[in-house]
Amino acid sequence: MNFLSCSKMSKLMSASLDRPLTRYERFQLRMHLYICRFCRRFFSQIQLIRKAFHHFFNETEQAQIPMANLELSPTARERMKEALRTK
Amino acid sequence: MTEKSVEPIDRADQAAHADPSIWVDEYGDELFRYAYKKLRNQQWAEDVVQETFLAAWKSHLRFQGKSSERTWLIGILKHKIIDFLRKLHRSRKFENNIAEPQEPNDFDSLGHWKQAPKSWGHQPDKALENQEFWETFQSCLQHLPNKLATAVSMVELEGQSTQNVCSALSITPNHLGVLLYRARTLLRNCLESNWFCHPKEKNSSEKNSTGKNSTGEKR
Repeated sequence: MNFLSCSKMSKLMSASLDRPLTRYERFQLRMHLYICRFCRRFFSQIQLIRKAFHHFFNETEQAQIPMANLELSPTARERMKEALRTK
Repeated sequence: MTEKSVEPIDRADQAAHADPSIWVDEYGDELFRYAYKKLRNQQWAEDVVQETFLAAWKSHLRFQGKSSERTWLIGILKHKIIDFLRKLHRSRKFENNIAEPQEPNDFDSLGHWKQAPKSWGHQPDKALENQEFWETFQSCLQHLPNKLATAVSMVELEGQSTQNVCSALSITPNHLGVLLYRARTLLRNCLESNWFCHPKEKNSSEKNSTGKNSTGEKR
């Protein structure tokens, strides 16, 4: 495996999402990203994946999605009330 | 939304007389929407909402009213959804019996991209606004091998520290790094082929009668 191979750098990119890179690692990565557009792509794509996770799970409730018409069905509603009553 | 007016009644007092079935009317729809948005399945969403109410009822005396009732219930719901997804990933594993992939072979022996990442368009972020994208995202997540799904869920969904995840899964930080790398790579590949570079999904909303699709690629 090469010194600054895409394979190695892609692992570093993933690691950078989980821990601070060392100074040397940062240097390597920056050098590589400068010359490799595929890795730049890869990097922004895995960052987008992280963003997606957060977007869907940790979004604050005010981010209203156009699903306002979606409601509990009457049967589900009854079932839940029943479950709570018999609890 | 309607919860603006949280009455300043004594919470403990309120809880004592509470008829929990009021929750169902008051918050049921909202919780259901929240759950549905994440699970995209009516039955599952109903189930987690019901579990949320039951769990809330069990612990309502401990609810101190520091947050609004609604925020409290949504907090419980989030946990229920994560539990549910974890169980789902686990059972999927047994159903499909997917082998854990080796090193994703995206690279040749020199470490260069074999299949270079494709462009995801000018504004890939737009996908985050799209509910169908979430559906795709979910199913990509569900097709991850169990170990990878668990690791990535704990880190990204639950926001757990590396340390916690490592001790929960009894693995080293290095191993966790490998799992997360694989998970991200597989998710990336999956999203690329099923969403970003898969135009027929994106505009499936309208059936196009413009026969300009000459490649016969449809369906």
